[in-house]
Amino acid sequence: MATFKFELVSPERILFSGEVVSVIIPSVEGEMTVLAGHAPLVATLKAGIVFAQTDASNGKEFFVNGGLVEINQASTTILAEQGRFIEDVDTAVLDAEILTAETRLAGTSDEAEQKRLHDVLVQLREFKGVFEQRKAA
Amino acid sequence: MPSLKDLRNRIASVKATQKITKAMQMVAAAKLRRAQAAAEAARPYAERMETVLANLASGVSGSSAPRLIAGTGSDKVHLLVVCTAERGLCGAFNSSIARLARDKANGLKAEGKTVKIICVGKKGYDLLKRQFEKDIIELIDLRAFKQIGFANAETIAQNILARFNAGEFDVATLFFSKFKSVIAQIPTAQRVIPAEIPADALKTDAVYDYEPDEGEILETLLPRNLTVQVLRAILENAASEQGARMSAMDSATRNAGEMIKKQTQLYNRSRQAMITKELIEIISGAEAL
Repeated sequence: MATFKFELVSPERILFSGEVVSVIIPSVEGEMTVLAGHAPLVATLKAGIVFAQTDASNGKEFFVNGGLVEINQASTTILAEQGRFIEDVDTAVLDAEILTAETRLAGTSDEAEQKRLHDVLVQLREFKGVFEQRKAA
Repeated sequence: MPSLKDLRNRIASVKATQKITKAMQMVAAAKLRRAQAAAEAARPYAERMETVLANLASGVSGSSAPRLIAGTGSDKVHLLVVCTAERGLCGAFNSSIARLARDKANGLKAEGKTVKIICVGKKGYDLLKRQFEKDIIELIDLRAFKQIGFANAETIAQNILARFNAGEFDVATLFFSKFKSVIAQIPTAQRVIPAEIPADALKTDAVYDYEPDEGEILETLLPRNLTVQVLRAILENAASEQGARMSAMDSATRNAGEMIKKQTQLYNRSRQAMITKELIEIISGAEAL
């Protein structure tokens, strides 16, 4: 299968770097799957799970919250505002994220910022629901 | 000629100092490893960010470009963000950053521009306040935070952005020390507003699709780029500080060792001289009888 270079970088470290078959990315306009030879694209991300498929039967999952993805001919790069291995995520982590977003929202008076934080909150809450369902299943 | 007791005291005190500097060196070495790893881990993100930004910025031009890239159109008021350490005893680390900032501030003032300074870290404030007391608009203290991360950088970046949007300055420059190795830290000035687009950035001919549109992405990307640059400055600084402290304390320990050696030699000489003198006195006393 055709592979391409994929990198997932958070401000603190590189979470993933290597060849992959496909990547599922939670963009603000909906989830999308990137395969080799995708058209060049820049998109912003929402809170969600990035799934990198390394070969036919193996893959790795990551939690990202905000950031952007850049897809070009040679490689795909995700610059995540926050990124973790999925194993490091639990409900407590998500609750902490929601709480920070809430306190920030309460503290700001800038309208654009309020709107942005509100969106972040909605995304996080939505993701928390999905996450809990996944865990239950 | 100091007495034997004085010499003994002096040796004891130098030995005590040497123990302290040695301990500080070892603490700095342990902290350095962590700080260096953090600084190096943060580099890829900042570099990728620069590439993406360069790609995006080459697409927008002229009057449509956001103010964070194009600037305000004038360069009358300069903001210098001086990042230094919170603690001293790290060689020339703080003073070399402060000197770079001071030279820049003096140069700008000579050109008739207005200078405003934000100090991140107390030591830079201490060094700059004598000359630029009136120009320093804020001191950001990071002493309370043990682990400095994205959140701290974000607060600082938001502070800068709020001032920019309020029209308080036209150009912002970040001063910090780039960590090259334990013995080499390079004081660096980096212009962050308007964003400096590296000239050698590889220009891809590919036409990107944007989701949502270009302007919106740039709008969120530019403030984030500022945060990332601030974060990088802080992390590089933390590593540089520990590196500088380690080498400063290493040479302090060595100097103390040398001093102990010299003083011990002096102590032994005067002790022997004393014994010889006493012997001569006894012998000449016996001969006189």
